[in-house]
Amino acid sequence: MAHIVIDRDRCKGCYFCIEFCPRNIIRISQEHNRIGYFPAEFIEEERERCTGCKTCAVMCPDTAIEVYK
Amino acid sequence: MNAIFKRPDNLTDAATHFCPGCTHGIAHRLIAEAMDELGIADRTIGIPGVGCCVFLYRYFPIDALEAPHGRAPACATGMKRAQPDRIIFAYQGDGDMAAIGTSEIIHAANRGENITVFFINNSVYGMTGGQMAPTTLLGQQTTTSPFGRDFKSEGYPIKMAEMLATLEGVAYSTRVSLHSPKHVNQAKKAIRKAFEMQINEMGFSVVEMLSTCNTNWRVSPLEALTMIEREMIPYFPLGVFKERTGKDFL
Amino acid sequence: MTEKKLTKGNIALAEGAIQAGCRFYFGYPITPQNDIPEYLARNLPKNGGTFIPAESEIASINMVMGASASGKRAMTSSSGPGISLMQEGISYLAGSEMPAVIVNIMRCGPGLGGIAPTQGDYNQAVHGGGHGDYRNIVLAPGSVQEMFDLTIRAFELADKYRNPTMIIADAMIGQFQEPCRLTPEKPVEFPEKPWALTGRKGRSPRLLKSLYLGDYEQEEHNLFLKKKYDEIQENEVMVEMQNLDDAELIIVAFGTPARVAKTAISLARAEGLKVGLIRPITLFPFPVKQVFEHSARVKNILVVEMNTGQMVRDVRIAAHKDAAIHFYGRPGGGFPFPDDVLGEIKKALAGGAR
Repeated sequence: MAHIVIDRDRCKGCYFCIEFCPRNIIRISQEHNRIGYFPAEFIEEERERCTGCKTCAVMCPDTAIEVYK
Repeated sequence: MNAIFKRPDNLTDAATHFCPGCTHGIAHRLIAEAMDELGIADRTIGIPGVGCCVFLYRYFPIDALEAPHGRAPACATGMKRAQPDRIIFAYQGDGDMAAIGTSEIIHAANRGENITVFFINNSVYGMTGGQMAPTTLLGQQTTTSPFGRDFKSEGYPIKMAEMLATLEGVAYSTRVSLHSPKHVNQAKKAIRKAFEMQINEMGFSVVEMLSTCNTNWRVSPLEALTMIEREMIPYFPLGVFKERTGKDFL
Repeated sequence: MTEKKLTKGNIALAEGAIQAGCRFYFGYPITPQNDIPEYLARNLPKNGGTFIPAESEIASINMVMGASASGKRAMTSSSGPGISLMQEGISYLAGSEMPAVIVNIMRCGPGLGGIAPTQGDYNQAVHGGGHGDYRNIVLAPGSVQEMFDLTIRAFELADKYRNPTMIIADAMIGQFQEPCRLTPEKPVEFPEKPWALTGRKGRSPRLLKSLYLGDYEQEEHNLFLKKKYDEIQENEVMVEMQNLDDAELIIVAFGTPARVAKTAISLARAEGLKVGLIRPITLFPFPVKQVFEHSARVKNILVVEMNTGQMVRDVRIAAHKDAAIHFYGRPGGGFPFPDDVLGEIKKALAGGAR
């Protein structure tokens, strides 16, 4: 069991985590954040498929992702 | 559940001023992680050059000196000689190091100053709006090479990591990239090794990082990553160009 | 009596730096100041110091910045073209409030210029040189002894005010020999440096910078610097004044021309002409009050310089409105001999007050 937590207001919506997630369980939010970007969001329904591989966090230029396992 | 990846201790909470998808942010995090792991932040002083890297002191909770454009290696020289037991690193962009600061970087490297230099090569002047840099690729359009860089007029992109590796004073010279998870992990190792070179008093270490400037390249962040793979790496090959294993220079 | 040793000006300056606690020198060769790096290359390491023959004057001043940011006393020296190359760094030092001592043993410019004694860099040193709204503290030694003493003072002032301090001297002062006491007159002052970058251990991180992008941040910073410069003007003026009580004419001169003026004044007094001298030792802060007060009474001023007229402007600004300001300048290595100055004294006195 693993999951990630994305800091919504730190995310600038660059799509890196979405692109590199091997399980495709991150998507772009439909609502913009406090700084005006549409941030990435973890698809909670797919939570059990997250392996905690950290790939999303490794690529995040804004260090907006924490990974828990 | 435990956090297996979190914000490094040596990265402040400040949101970066970098554009969305700018890999400067990744480089910053890797340096912070390396400082965390090596436990050196208390005695580390950072010297940013001028350009997008200038706000380094907002993001690293360490002592910092803002150097004039291109002069960070000279400032680092004076600082390291004044306090040899401190870890001194400079963080320069390609305009800063490879254009206006070539003299300072070459001579700091040649003297074998025991400092570490992180070099962000994104092939343009980012902060000033995407002008042609010495590292701009042939044919690449920028605001000051609007018809594409032409070697007949502007010469060839300069290969800093290879050039510095030829100097006797250099302990470690490598080029890494920040465009994929695998490459980011390699970059992390290189950054750590560069710091270790300094800790072990091996001499000058430099890590060139191929980085994106999607705003000035006029592409999306994801497209910029593929451009590193497709266009930069063929000209700027990745690899270790020099690595000193013992103090054979003594 | 303290022992004196026949010493060359540049050597006295270099030894003064060591005795001031300067342990870091970075420089690039240029005539007529080479004795300074050569002496320090030999003698700094003996005193636990570091000498780097830098790749350029640009690198030199930035190495000084690095050592200075570390809280150490550091200096560089050069001449004309080299000092021009350093101006960017000097501006950064002033903007980031870092001390440093920069020595200019002047060449004749513009351009590469000759190496004969000259004072063509007064404006560069006193009125800017680099970009932005800042001032250097500027000291002008007039003897070998002052090359020693003022170098120590330069480090003290630089540290006290966290500001670059320049020493400017013509090649005569740099190159000739005089008996010199090579020990400090009083214990050297070492101000605390609670701003030095030494690593954050046990405290919060420190920053030395000159970039201010926030609304009004830069203005606030510049006004803060202005207050500092006003304080320097108020407290640090050094000036030598001679024969002013009965003077009918005052010569204002610094460096070698002031020495020539002294001889000319003796010649003049032998002929019954009452001439006095104001010799600014600090060029910034300029002895504004002294020049004003004495010119209000004497009303006849002769400025002698080895240039086409640079300090004379500061004298004009400082002097009483009724004072007549005469100028005698020999630029580009031309030399104002005592007889020449005597001639100018007579001309000025014949003209009388305006």
